[in-house]
Amino acid sequence: MIDWSWFPTNAERLVPALGAHLLLALLPVVIGLIVAIPLGWVANRSRPARAVLVPVAGLLYTIPSLVLFILLPGILGTQILDPVNVVVALSVYTVALLVRSVADALAAVPGMVVAAATAMGYRPARRFAQVELPLSLPVLIAGLRVATVTNISLVSVGALIGIGGLGYFITDGFGRGNTTSIFAGVILIVVLALVFDALLVLIGRLVTPWVGVGRKAR
Amino acid sequence: MIEFRGVTKRFPDGTVAVDALDLAVEDGKITVFVGPSGCGKTTSLRMINRMVELTGGTILIDGSDIMAGDAAQLRRGIGYVIQQSGLFPHRSILDNVATVPLLLGWGKRKARERATELMELVGLSPEMAQRYPAQLSGGQQQRVGVARALAADPPILLMDEPFSAVDPVVRENLQDELLRLQSELGKTIVFVTHDIDEAVKLGDKVAVFRTGGLLAQYDEPGHLLARPADDFVDGFVGRDRGYRGLGFLSANGLPVGELSTVGSGATGDQVREAARDGWTLVVSDAGHPLGWVQVGQALSGPVDTDALIAGGSLYDTEADSLRGALDAALSSPSGLGVAVDASGAVVGSVRAADVLAALATARRDEAAA
Ligand SMILES: Nc1ncnc2c1ncn2[C@@H]1O[C@H](COP(=O)(O)OP(=O)(O)OP(=O)(O)O)[C@@H](O)[C@H]1O
Ligand SMILES: [Mg+2]
Repeated sequence: MIDWSWFPTNAERLVPALGAHLLLALLPVVIGLIVAIPLGWVANRSRPARAVLVPVAGLLYTIPSLVLFILLPGILGTQILDPVNVVVALSVYTVALLVRSVADALAAVPGMVVAAATAMGYRPARRFAQVELPLSLPVLIAGLRVATVTNISLVSVGALIGIGGLGYFITDGFGRGNTTSIFAGVILIVVLALVFDALLVLIGRLVTPWVGVGRKAR
Repeated sequence: MIEFRGVTKRFPDGTVAVDALDLAVEDGKITVFVGPSGCGKTTSLRMINRMVELTGGTILIDGSDIMAGDAAQLRRGIGYVIQQSGLFPHRSILDNVATVPLLLGWGKRKARERATELMELVGLSPEMAQRYPAQLSGGQQQRVGVARALAADPPILLMDEPFSAVDPVVRENLQDELLRLQSELGKTIVFVTHDIDEAVKLGDKVAVFRTGGLLAQYDEPGHLLARPADDFVDGFVGRDRGYRGLGFLSANGLPVGELSTVGSGATGDQVREAARDGWTLVVSDAGHPLGWVQVGQALSGPVDTDALIAGGSLYDTEADSLRGALDAALSSPSGLGVAVDASGAVVGSVRAADVLAALATARRDEAAA
C-alpha cells in the first residue's frame, strides 16, 4: 500500500534528488546536441563520413547503459561513483541518437532552397545557421524528444551504482521492501519524462511557426 | 554586358553540357536562352553567377572576369529567380524579399522598408508580408521570387524557367508583368525557358541552343520566326511560325477602310440602308463595338442588342502588329476586322488581303535593306 505520509517526510530528500535527476538527464542532451550537429553536418556532406558515423552511432546505442557506467571510470580515470560517468555515458547515447537525426534532417532540406540561398550570396557557414539548420528543426526536435525521454529514464539506472537521481528511491525501496518509495521514484520519473516531452513539443511549435501553415489561408 | 568567350562546361562524369559558347548578352535587354531539354540552358545560366564553375573559356561582366573575385560577393550583385521560386519556407514573405539587403548588411529596418517597396512593385498586397511562402499561390510565390531577386537592385537578373510551374493564365499574367517591370527597370535579364512562345514573347534577343550546348541561332525573335538558320531551328520554332512572325511586323501603313455602323437604337430600315455586303456593326453611344447584324435577319422592330452576332478580336490601330490585324479580320463574322483606337472606339475596318499585302511590302523592304 502507498503510505502518503511518506511524501512530506521525505520531501527534503525528494526535491534535491529531482534536481540531480534532471541535471544528469538534461546536461547530456545539451552536450550531445552540441556534438551531434557538426557530426551530423559532416555525415550529410560526405558519403564516406556518413558510412562510418551512422553505423558507429547505431553500435554505441546498443551498449547497455550499466556496462557503460561501469566501463567509463576505467576509460576516463574517474571514480566509479563520480556523476561525470553518467553524464558522459548519456552524452554518448544522445550523440549516437542525434547524429542520425541531424544528418537526416539536413538531407531533408529541399535542395532547391539551399541552391537558392547560395545563389542569393550566402556563404556556407551562414547558410547553415540561417537556412539549413532552421529548416531541419522539426526532425531535430523529434530526435531531441526521444533523447530527452530516454535520458530521463536511463539516469535511474545510475542508482544501481549509487549515483543520485530519483532512481535511488527505487533501488532503496526494493532494498527495504518500501512500496511507497518505489512508487514515488517511478511516478516522478514518468511525470518528468512526460513534462519534458510536452515542453519540447511546445518549444518545437514556437520555433517552427511555419510548419503546418500551408493548407490554411490559401 | 555579359560576354561568354569560348565557354565550356564538362561535368566530372564527362558530359559536355556547354561547348565553346560565344555569346554577348546586351545591357538593359531581355535575352532568352531556349532549346530542348538537356541542351545546356541552365548550365549556361548558372555559370554566370558561378553556381556552376566553367571548365573552359571566360565569362566577362562589364569586361571583368567573373572568376577574379569572390563568388558570394558576385552573387549578391546578380538577382536569381528559379522555377518553384525556391523561397525560404521558414521566413515570412517580407523577410524572404529582404534576404539580399540583409546579406549586404543594410540593417533590418532599411532592408524591410526596401522589401515592402518591392512587394508593391511586383503587385503583392501588403497583408501578405507576414505570411509564409506555403500560404501563397504558385503565381504569388513566383512574384515573391522576382521581388527577392530585385531587392538589392542588381543590374543583372537571371531567371531559370521562372513561370513554368504555374497555369497558363497565370503564366501570361506574370509574363506581362515582367515586361512591364522591365520597361520601368531596364535590367539586363537572362531568361531560360524551353517554351519557344515564351521566348519569342519576352526576348529582345533569343539564343536557340541545340543539344550539347551549341548555339544554333542568336537573333531577334522576329528574325528567328522569319528566317530560321537551319532545319533544327525551323523545327524548334514550330508550326505557325509564319503567322506568329506577323506579331513582329508593325501595322503602320496598313490601310484602315470604311465600316458601316449603326447605333444601338437603330430601326430595321436604318440597318438595311447602312449595311454593306449584308453586314453592319452595332456600336454603343461611346462608339464601342457591340456586335454584328446581318441584313437577312428578320428585322421588324429596332435592333435587339441581345440578339447580335458576336464580333471577333479587335485590332488596336495604335498598339497591334500585323498579327492582331489579321486575327481581327479572320475572326470577324463579316470578314471585316474591326479597327479601334486606344479608347476602344471603332475607327474602321481591316481586310485580310490588305494585311497580306502589307506583309509582302515588309518582306520587300527587308530584302532591300
Ligand atoms: N551535375 C551534373 N553532372 C553531370 N551532368 C550534368 C549535371 N548537370 C547537368 N548535367 C547534364 O548537362 C546537360 C545540360 O543540362 P542543363 O541542366 O543545363 O540542361 P537544360 O537545358 O537546362 O535542360 P532542361 O530544359 O531540362 O532544364 C544535360 O545533359 C545534363 O544531364
Ligand atoms: Mg534547365
